[in-house]
Amino acid sequence: MVGFVARRLLYLLPVLLAVSLLTFLIASLLPGDLAYVILGDQATPDKVAALRHDMGLDQPIWWRYLGWLGHVLVGDFGRSFRTGQTVLQAVAERLPVSFELMLLAELGALLIGIPLAIACAVRAGSAFDRIVTGSAFSMLSVPAFLAAILLIYFFAVELHWLPATGYVPFSEDPLGNLRCFVLPALTLALGEWPVLMRVLRSDMIATLQEDYIAMARAKGLKPSRILLVHALKPSSLTLVTVTGINIGRLMGGTVIVESIFALPGIGRLLLGSIYTRDLIILQGVVLCVAAGYVLINFVVDMLYAVLDPRIRHGHA
Amino acid sequence: MATLELQITDDIASSAPQGTRRLGLLFWAATGWLIFILAAAILAPLLPLPSPTDMDMLERRAPISALHWLGTDALGRDELARVVYGARISLTVGLFAPIIGLTIGGALGMLAGYFRGRFESFVVGSMDVLLAFPPLILALAVTAYLGQSILNLTCILGVLGIPAFMRVARASTLTLARREFVIAAQALGATHARILLRELLPNVALPLLAFFLLGVAVTIVVEGALSFLGLGVPPPISSWGSMIGEGRESLEIAPQLAFIPAIAMFLTVLAFNLVGDTLRALTDPRQGAL
Amino acid sequence: MSGPALLSIEDVAVELPTARGNLRAVDHVDLALGPGQTLGIVGESGCGKTMLSRAILQLLPKKAKLSGRVIFDGQDLVRLKAEALRKLRARSIAVVFQDPMTSLNPVLTIGTQLIETLQEHLALDVAAARRRGVELLAAVGIPAPEQRLNQYPHQLSGGMRQRVAIAIALSCEPKLLIADEPTTALDVTIQAQILDLLAREQRRRHMAMILITHDLGVVAGRTDEVAVMYAGRVVERAPTRALFKNMQMPYTAALLAAIPKIDAAPHTPLAAIPGRPPDPTRPLKGCSFAPRCRYVSDQCLRGKPALTSAEAEGHSYACFHPLTIAAGVSA
Repeated sequence: MVGFVARRLLYLLPVLLAVSLLTFLIASLLPGDLAYVILGDQATPDKVAALRHDMGLDQPIWWRYLGWLGHVLVGDFGRSFRTGQTVLQAVAERLPVSFELMLLAELGALLIGIPLAIACAVRAGSAFDRIVTGSAFSMLSVPAFLAAILLIYFFAVELHWLPATGYVPFSEDPLGNLRCFVLPALTLALGEWPVLMRVLRSDMIATLQEDYIAMARAKGLKPSRILLVHALKPSSLTLVTVTGINIGRLMGGTVIVESIFALPGIGRLLLGSIYTRDLIILQGVVLCVAAGYVLINFVVDMLYAVLDPRIRHGHA
Repeated sequence: MATLELQITDDIASSAPQGTRRLGLLFWAATGWLIFILAAAILAPLLPLPSPTDMDMLERRAPISALHWLGTDALGRDELARVVYGARISLTVGLFAPIIGLTIGGALGMLAGYFRGRFESFVVGSMDVLLAFPPLILALAVTAYLGQSILNLTCILGVLGIPAFMRVARASTLTLARREFVIAAQALGATHARILLRELLPNVALPLLAFFLLGVAVTIVVEGALSFLGLGVPPPISSWGSMIGEGRESLEIAPQLAFIPAIAMFLTVLAFNLVGDTLRALTDPRQGAL
Repeated sequence: MSGPALLSIEDVAVELPTARGNLRAVDHVDLALGPGQTLGIVGESGCGKTMLSRAILQLLPKKAKLSGRVIFDGQDLVRLKAEALRKLRARSIAVVFQDPMTSLNPVLTIGTQLIETLQEHLALDVAAARRRGVELLAAVGIPAPEQRLNQYPHQLSGGMRQRVAIAIALSCEPKLLIADEPTTALDVTIQAQILDLLAREQRRRHMAMILITHDLGVVAGRTDEVAVMYAGRVVERAPTRALFKNMQMPYTAALLAAIPKIDAAPHTPLAAIPGRPPDPTRPLKGCSFAPRCRYVSDQCLRGKPALTSAEAEGHSYACFHPLTIAAGVSA
């Protein structure tokens, strides 16, 4: 087990390194010039040259990369020249919002997907099953921004039940905070539940054929117990893995939703830095998100091995 | 439990037909829609449509009428014409970007699966790095640096698709390269190029094609999302995504301006998904529809 | 069999629709069993014996069509409502399946699987149920029972797992135990132990038992009555001793001859039965065993023999040309 973890960690490091290199290269290969952007309309050739020298932009690329990497490793991701905030400060402010969105979205997807999967597995092949599975497939063709528009139209414009945009911090007003997250989380959840539902349904259908389920029925246990204790647990392995991977994937997917619903998360930070050409923030945020993505996938790999007691004890 | 009757009951349980696995009505309806929308997009200039850019400020946000079959948008432009011309843009990016992924990713995958060794490790490793970036963020970052244009957009979305095509091609090649017909060809002295092109490629092509169609669906969605935010196709060019984005502002008074292009996009994406998924189920039934 | 029957299977037929046609898995079977008695059901793979046991338990696959009556303790299980049936299970009728690796849930502990039945049917609280569980495991011969409660099935050997399955089956003191090939998946050395355990527990609890197997040797000496099944029907039925002494159906004789005998001369070829059982989706017009029978005649091909009674009490067979063999078998 320890060997397994160690090997995966060893593989992780070069990937993270390559990610940082790629991020830096993208940032450096811009046709425009950072110095020009910063100086704006005050740019003269002399000032630009001076600023470039100050910022070390006239050094060779590999030198600059190592310098940047060195700073990153001690936690200095740079500072936005617009707001003066360090990248880490900006990220730390926005991260909780994005996390809350991601977790609520995945929770919503599970709340929709799990009951439907169980209901379909029990009625496999029936009209109900076909309708739900067909809807799941169709939902996969509805991108987040379409779902957002639909939800905003129905709940905010027509029914006035929920706010279309806006954010209230949890510490100020917990209920209001949650109200602001309902539509955004639901938007993302509508895109996530089909995959979860199909994975669980397929595993449950296979599990329900197993002898131990027939045995459980022969023991005269309550049907709810058979479904939820005997059938659900062995079927959930793939579900948990996919959920974990999804949460990681959602890190990139929150951009659209945060922008539409005006939530101050990482996604909006990124978009904002693009609009204002704040390239330091852009570079730093991309690196943070990519690194986080890699780390989450790593954790999910570990969890998978931990969850199945057979794997834990060395049986496959 | 090896008794005969219980094996047969297993057959019964698994024979429940799934809609995506047969060339049924849905498949043909989807194909029909795709042909229709592609034809409309290609033939757009020849169709008897009003110009999509002519603004009629007196007829803004007009409802359906004989003059404007789908009404007009916020600037008085004919909505039907805009949808058709928007299809041109969405489908151009949607079709050409995955072609980049298909050719480069497919080639890399086949070579990696065939030659194995360090080359394969290198290719797989680099793809992992590329996959480490949430795609939307990478696309945003790159268009921010390189500027918005249809060409840039197509290129970056194409590059983002390379890892996925690489995986499909490599997986197919790995299973095929060990089969007898490849070993036989090698024994007969065939060159690598000949084996790759004559023996492996025809067999890898079908799964790749299925995946290509799914890739088109994904690309249309991603381009749509970017254009929705104003960061995809550069204004004033409009794809379905930018139309939806513009329609968002009129959601309270004229929701159809957002919904009409949304429906067009949904139907097209659904159709590509259906056709692609059916083909995938036919070529590799073990993968299923995930 | 004396006294009223505990279990009476009357004209039970099970049909399964398959892609290849309608499968007649059980073809109008009549059997009866008294309290405390043991019935052995013997037959090849695919003869319908497992389907019959599922029919008794009402655990058939969804698409199966069941006809006939299964009277248990005065109630027709076929007509019983789901909730009443559920309460009957484990409490009155229990089952031990063939393969303990697949009949025990791999992700739940032994304890959970043993105790839940006690909690459900006897309404014991957790502590009492655990105590009872330990008693049961000890009774079936499992060492260190307290530790076992917290272990998972894959941590036990095959024989131990089957003992656990037996403990689970016995936990609510059922009146009838159905053992479906309980030893087929186990080592030969363990088989006798398990069968002895079943017999011992049965006597102790005055429990009726149905022992399903493909091995005639298993039922000899352990059952009161034997029913031989072939292609979904009962082809011979008799009290055990009478069956072995006086078997009438050629199929039964062939089954017996197929058992290797320890005192046969070395290199004696095993007398296997030639041919294979008929395709259940295409039933034959005549006797199902005809294609493989040594004594086949035209009559056998024209129609199915009905189950007729021999002169001996309780002995019936379905054959046009019964044997009258005194088989000298050391059971």
